[in-house]
Amino acid sequence: MDLFGDLVQVLASTVRLSIPLVFAALAGLYAERSGVFDIGLEGKMLFGAFAAASAAAWTGSAWLGLLAAVLTSVLLSLLHGYASITQRGNQIISGVAINFIASGLTIQLGNAWFGQGGRTPQLPNSARFTEIVWPFAREIAQVPIIGPVYAGLISGHNVLVYIAFLAVPFTWWVLFRTRFGLRLRAVGENPGAVDTAGLSVSWLRYRALICCGILGGFAGAYLSVAQSASFIREMSAGKGYIALAALVFAKWKPFNVLMACLLFGFLDAFSIRLQGKSLPVIGEMPVQLIQALPYILTVILLAGFIGKAIPPKAGGVPYVKER
Amino acid sequence: MSAPYVKLPAWADYGLLPLINVVVALLISGLVVLFIGQNPLEAVQYMVEGALGSGEGIAFTLYYATNFIFTGLAVAVAFHGGLFNIGGEGQVYLGGLGVAAAALTLDHYTPWYVTMLFAVAASFAFGAAWALIPGWLQARRGSHIVITTIMFNFIAAALMVYLLVNVIKQPGTMSPQTRLFAEGGQLPKLGALMSLVGLDIGAAPFNVAFLIALVASFLVWVLIWRTRFGYELRTMGTSATAAVYAGIRYERMVVVTMLLSGGLAGMMALNPVMGDLQKLQVGFPAGAGFVGIATALMGRSHPAGIVVASILFGILYQGGAELAFWMPDITREMIILIQGLVILFAGALEHMFRPALTRLLGAGGQSSKSPSMTQSA
Amino acid sequence: MAEPAIELVGISKSFGPVRANHDIHLKVSRGTIHGIVGENGAGKSTLMSILYGFYQADSGEIRVGGKPVVIHSPNDAIAQGIGMVHQHFMLVENFTVLENVMLGAEGGALLKRGTAAARAELKRIEREYGLEVDADAVIEELPVGLQQRVEILKALYRGADILILDEPTGVLTPSEADHLFRILGKLKEEGKTVILITHKLREIMAITDSVSVMRRGEMVATLKTSETSMPQLAELMVGRSVLLRVDKASASPGKVLLSVRGLTVKDSRGVTMVDNVSFDVRAGEIVGVAGVAGNGQSELLEAIGGIRKAIAGEIVLNGETLDEATRRDPAALRRKGLAHVPEDRHHMGLVLPFEENENAILGYQNDPKYLSGPLLDLDAIRADAREKIRKYDIRPDNCRLRTANFSGGNQQKIVLSREMEQDPDVLIVGQPTRGVDVGAIEFIHRRLVAMRDAGKAVLLVSVELDEIRSLSDRILVMFAGRIVGERGAGATEQELGLLMAGVEQREAAE
Repeated sequence: MDLFGDLVQVLASTVRLSIPLVFAALAGLYAERSGVFDIGLEGKMLFGAFAAASAAAWTGSAWLGLLAAVLTSVLLSLLHGYASITQRGNQIISGVAINFIASGLTIQLGNAWFGQGGRTPQLPNSARFTEIVWPFAREIAQVPIIGPVYAGLISGHNVLVYIAFLAVPFTWWVLFRTRFGLRLRAVGENPGAVDTAGLSVSWLRYRALICCGILGGFAGAYLSVAQSASFIREMSAGKGYIALAALVFAKWKPFNVLMACLLFGFLDAFSIRLQGKSLPVIGEMPVQLIQALPYILTVILLAGFIGKAIPPKAGGVPYVKER
Repeated sequence: MSAPYVKLPAWADYGLLPLINVVVALLISGLVVLFIGQNPLEAVQYMVEGALGSGEGIAFTLYYATNFIFTGLAVAVAFHGGLFNIGGEGQVYLGGLGVAAAALTLDHYTPWYVTMLFAVAASFAFGAAWALIPGWLQARRGSHIVITTIMFNFIAAALMVYLLVNVIKQPGTMSPQTRLFAEGGQLPKLGALMSLVGLDIGAAPFNVAFLIALVASFLVWVLIWRTRFGYELRTMGTSATAAVYAGIRYERMVVVTMLLSGGLAGMMALNPVMGDLQKLQVGFPAGAGFVGIATALMGRSHPAGIVVASILFGILYQGGAELAFWMPDITREMIILIQGLVILFAGALEHMFRPALTRLLGAGGQSSKSPSMTQSA
Repeated sequence: MAEPAIELVGISKSFGPVRANHDIHLKVSRGTIHGIVGENGAGKSTLMSILYGFYQADSGEIRVGGKPVVIHSPNDAIAQGIGMVHQHFMLVENFTVLENVMLGAEGGALLKRGTAAARAELKRIEREYGLEVDADAVIEELPVGLQQRVEILKALYRGADILILDEPTGVLTPSEADHLFRILGKLKEEGKTVILITHKLREIMAITDSVSVMRRGEMVATLKTSETSMPQLAELMVGRSVLLRVDKASASPGKVLLSVRGLTVKDSRGVTMVDNVSFDVRAGEIVGVAGVAGNGQSELLEAIGGIRKAIAGEIVLNGETLDEATRRDPAALRRKGLAHVPEDRHHMGLVLPFEENENAILGYQNDPKYLSGPLLDLDAIRADAREKIRKYDIRPDNCRLRTANFSGGNQQKIVLSREMEQDPDVLIVGQPTRGVDVGAIEFIHRRLVAMRDAGKAVLLVSVELDEIRSLSDRILVMFAGRIVGERGAGATEQELGLLMAGVEQREAAE
């Protein structure tokens, strides 16, 4: 029974670790499905986390923190859009630049505002998204199987976790059931078709990037005002890149994104759990191997050895009217 | 692609435009300083004084510049072939393994200059090997090299931590690092060189790797503009169709280019590992692999430009440390912001100032004849 | 008579120094099929792009149904009831037919209701015009003919009354083309106006009510189809321009230096572009390949030059049958004595940002005479470049200048001098005088004849009929990927024009 308890714990922490990936990967999904590569997810998440923690510290409201994160992240998205859509610059370089700007500016501003070397003040629980305990969770926690699953896995997460899980079907719905989604997918595949249909390629891509920014803000806010209680320098710690990997791994499909993020989150949770322990049969497993597994799997997928990850056709290429 | 190449004279293209981009990046950074209630001019003063005001400052500046020259060259070589190697950080990391392997094997037996030769070769080989797989995947399987090199940065970090913690850690210690190299495994400081011009190196780790970087810059210049390989590389990077026409083999070129790029990045490890720390430890690349993107973009992928850009970034890094000491409200990370802004303006927004500048210069009497474009319907 | 569906008044459009359209006047009556013919580059596509709002005319007026309209974007065109079927389909390949049809006209923010309505509307259009296509099929899985039908459906779904089709049969098989014409006939019956852009005279004769001929950016004639004939149209298309005279002695062909047997080439979409082509080129002769652009000449040239893969056939160079590896290796082909002046000098023949001298060795960078040890011998390269500049009178005479700063004619001379001065046995040349000024044309022509007289085998591909006729000792005509005829140097324009337009000899004789 102890093993089962362990499993529930690992799965619960899988969920917690997957959430920022889900938000960020969905953010990337909007951008890349519209034909704009975005390796600036890391920067959006980081700046979002900083903005959320700062705003929450000042206002005492987690929701205002979230709003600040979303606004900041959207601004970075628009910068990316200006460089890559309006100026037709290199999308990769723009993304790299945004990551550095976020990395430098968050610490600089944080230090200037709070004087804690880039950290933001510790948030009280009232200024955080705290765990929501579902009805009867405590009462049935002792019931075998169902109890731990209900109390430990389904109940007891903060509101952003549930929003993330809702964001997946919502994104699917937007993409495949709305006019905007149809156009967004079209502009990422063949902007010429969109242009000749009398629609603006640039405006569509800007809107996709705004969606990307909104979700990037959620990812950031989750890190600093839900998962933790303050902003710490470099707290995104490469999650933006893992999200990028998850997006590739998911072949740019919403439900696959959820699965890929849960897989990568599980590997993360598993490796934390494994630290210093030895497994039966395998013996001691290097934690680093498990940590690197998301990247290794993504490379193998990119190499086309296990199925082919085909990105949106017009991705990475600025649209120039033919002739 | 070709159009922006045509109009501007070389001095504006290689000199004025990068200068404008950097100045704009610095101005915006100045606004940030102003925004947090500090005096940007005072900041600049501390920065320049810290970086150039003493022998030690200059030596530190050049020590940092050494790193950025190597990684800038690595990015530039790939750029010339139309490839974006964003994996410098991981290649540096692996290069460090090569340096450590050479130094730990030889330091008790050979003088530094012999060890150095092996370390140069090993760092190049390890860095190249780490770039080989992304290169090969790009060439043969069309896997996007930007994504694969990013992934390889993380894989490198995991691999190196594993190796340092579990395999090559010095027995009996807790910290994940090798033993200190003996004298035969250390690159000498360039204090003598500094004192030639009457400067005192102080405690700065400015070492022979700087000279290696200058030699590498020269060799890269020769490679790109004076060899057949460089010719084919530039052709491939400028016009893929012309390269096919000229019988240049894409797959082979991509792999070789990535080997060179990765190798140059790997050589950066000489500077911190053999020249400063005298040991291999976790996290030593410290982002220098990414600074190379900035120096390559700012230096317009020309080795001379990269050396200049690297020294500028050396000033920023060294001066930034001093600045953070004297003005506690400004952190070292200000440099990362500037770095990001330079990449933004010199890279992603490189065309923003070009039309205005072209108009300005065009009005000044520069009669640049536009190519007659054939209109094929 | 009622107001014309479309009227163009004095439309002009230039791209830099190139006049794509000059003072175009055109009236198209409602409920008719109006053909626009002209050679490639005559300005047909530009004119239609102006009508569809892709470009704005420099001057002139567009009238729809008698009223002057301003068309600034495809949106405006759609609002005026103009629909266009582009030569390269503007379809999202991984979308279904229905999604493609709806794109931009979804009928609401949510797809659900719009989809049902669109499906019904599509069914109605299908029934009305006989345009059956599975609404749920994914585009990339459909054959080209059906993809085109989707383009037509898109236009009709948006309520187009005027339908422009740009070279619609270029990618179709004959039976698909026949089906298309039946559909167009049906559209006409239903009162739609169709503008058909093509260079195929047979199509014009078969389906149109009236026809306009464009040549070099001008509208040279508008005729009733029933009152004209293919020979007359061919003559109008080609024009009676002054034949450029090239003084040359009659050829004395020697042994076969280039022999092509059963060569077949497909493009990336799998469409056969070169279909089982065989011919010989002998020492001391110029063999011209005539044809309207897009009939496989480019692919033929690239396949011989080692740039494009041939799926069948063999190439014999200088008596040696080339193996597969050599055939795909332009460098090896050069070493074996084949020089290639490509059709597209901007993207293939030259690297425009490079210095002139660097382009003077493109493709020959491995030649020992340009190398000293592992390094490029810059002195030798530049001396060589200066020599060619002098010999070919390339201006300005500065081998350090960026190639992009040379004029079109001088750029072409850079390519020609590079290829000719390698003293090849076989020279293959594509569009040697495209975008080149008259003086340079004469020079280039004399050079090509000089190559012939020096005993080289020259294969010349050009869409300029004058050029083919004045230079060639033998003329091959390509149509739809095949060589449809061979003529001597004395062939007339009309004769070649008809062959080029895909008119069988028998029909031409009628």
